[in-house]
Amino acid sequence: MNRQLLRRVLAERLAAPSIIVLLLIVVCAVLAPVIAPDDPNAQDLLVRLRPPAWLGDGSSAHLLGTDNLGRDILSRLIYGSRVSLFVGLAVAAISGTIGAVIGIVAGFRRGWIDRVLMRLADVQLAFPSILLALAVVAFFGNGLWVVIIVLGVTNWVAYARVARSSVLSLRERDFVLEARAIGVGPIMIMRRHLLPNVLAPLLTIATLNVASAIIVESALSFLGLGVPADIPTWGSMLADGQLYLGTSWWIAVFPGCALMITALAINITGDAIRDATDPKAYRR
Amino acid sequence: MAEVTLDSRPGTTIGRASSGAGRAIVSKIISSVIVLFLVATVAFGLVRISGDPLALLLPPDATKAQAAQLAAELGLDRPLAVQYIDYLGGLVRGDLGTSIYFDQPVLSLIGERLPATILLALTAFVLSLIISLPAGIIAGMHRGKVTDTVISGVILIGQSTPAFWVGIVFILIFAVRLQVLPAAGYGSVANLILPAVTLSIYSIAVVARVLRTSLVEELGVDYIRTGVAKGLRPREVVIGHALRNASLPVITVVGLELGSLLGGAILTEQVFSWPGIGRLTVEAISNRDFPLVQGTVLFFGTVFVIVNLLVDLSYALLDPRVRESR
Repeated sequence: MNRQLLRRVLAERLAAPSIIVLLLIVVCAVLAPVIAPDDPNAQDLLVRLRPPAWLGDGSSAHLLGTDNLGRDILSRLIYGSRVSLFVGLAVAAISGTIGAVIGIVAGFRRGWIDRVLMRLADVQLAFPSILLALAVVAFFGNGLWVVIIVLGVTNWVAYARVARSSVLSLRERDFVLEARAIGVGPIMIMRRHLLPNVLAPLLTIATLNVASAIIVESALSFLGLGVPADIPTWGSMLADGQLYLGTSWWIAVFPGCALMITALAINITGDAIRDATDPKAYRR
Repeated sequence: MAEVTLDSRPGTTIGRASSGAGRAIVSKIISSVIVLFLVATVAFGLVRISGDPLALLLPPDATKAQAAQLAAELGLDRPLAVQYIDYLGGLVRGDLGTSIYFDQPVLSLIGERLPATILLALTAFVLSLIISLPAGIIAGMHRGKVTDTVISGVILIGQSTPAFWVGIVFILIFAVRLQVLPAAGYGSVANLILPAVTLSIYSIAVVARVLRTSLVEELGVDYIRTGVAKGLRPREVVIGHALRNASLPVITVVGLELGSLLGGAILTEQVFSWPGIGRLTVEAISNRDFPLVQGTVLFFGTVFVIVNLLVDLSYALLDPRVRESR
């Protein structure tokens, strides 16, 4: 992101606080072993189901309380941010790459390649990404990389459609026509001339994709079909918490809040990037 | 104007338009059939690319003879091409195979659970329209004012909140604390309220947002400004003119939302123990019941394709620009 774009993004409403929240979450994820008060998997049955520190039986040793196995909720939240952010970014990188390549090739080459690729997009859209992820996990077993690859491979359509529609107009522009006239090869044109021009709209989609991937990963973990149980994730914490809603609300409420705040901050940032790069200024 | 007559023969404007719409409809239907075929192929392939389905079904200490017997029972000992042709033939006859866990035809299992899912998804759908349409219109009409800021803020929160967490919070508030609604179950209106509201929240946010954006764009167009300049009241401008054009993208999103409500039902049904197809899918996955997983994947895929087709067709019929450009 160049400096001018960054300035325009920061000028958008709520963009600056959202980016600060995101940076804080990133810091938590990166420095988790340093800032987490406890080992996220350390069980202590003597302090199980302790409420947050500010409630009656709470203690300052467990600021956000403990779960059914006596694990420290705050530490699990901090470690959980690692999985969420990693999955979100990795999925956006994989689907962004696939979508950009498919979209640029379809828009630039047109003809049967375009028709086949866009029909492929229709098929992809016929399956909700969570359903495909569920089905694949059912047969391959669960694992961090299984989740990342399934979500990465099933989220490319939005990127491809946006890249394709941008390329359809770009391919008739003078700089592309001139490059073709002087004999520049198609791959070079796509890489050097078309890709840089479609990056801005793809960045908006990527941002929103990070948020949606985080939510789908948490949904899979909530169903017990996402990341293996020994890695703390916000989704699996929610699933643990649902069983104790009657007595210990904090187990489910805090990871849900973390998910919502993260997704909200990413969505606001995504909207700000879109508004800053969108020529239709009246949308704002 | 002289060219327009009430003649539907090709060559007149009306004739050209209607034959264009007819061609568009036929080509949409053909491409949907192709997509359906590919969806069926993906559902078939998904089970096969995962390796040996027998390994998932047999206990680790199973003998070779047991494996061979199960393979013969399930028809997995035949060549892949034969299995595929058999599978497609079965689909045409409405045979989706037999569930390994329930030992019942997959189609009848889906049929048993379908009413619960349709009830939940349609209630959520109606609820989302009742709330999102006025919210989107009010926000679009009052762009930049306090009402718009509040509605847009709520929309953003609704879009960022995972539905299953909303469900858990609802259970916490209305079932555990206030004890006014049941946390789970099926059969009465009270059982329906929490799951339907939970499922509708994301759709409310998406539809209201698209309606707001497209209304704001439409209100900036010249003919609207002319209407305002000529002294039309804001309500007349919005209801009589802008809303009609702004509704096209909304129809697309509304249609897609109906499909995604069915997908979202997977989680909502799980949270509220709602006995629908979403829960059946999760059960099938937990039980490694691959014919049932294949059947439910196919079911959801087919619903999506049909809803998309209906959206495309309504688009072609409603928008004269789309109709005549074909």
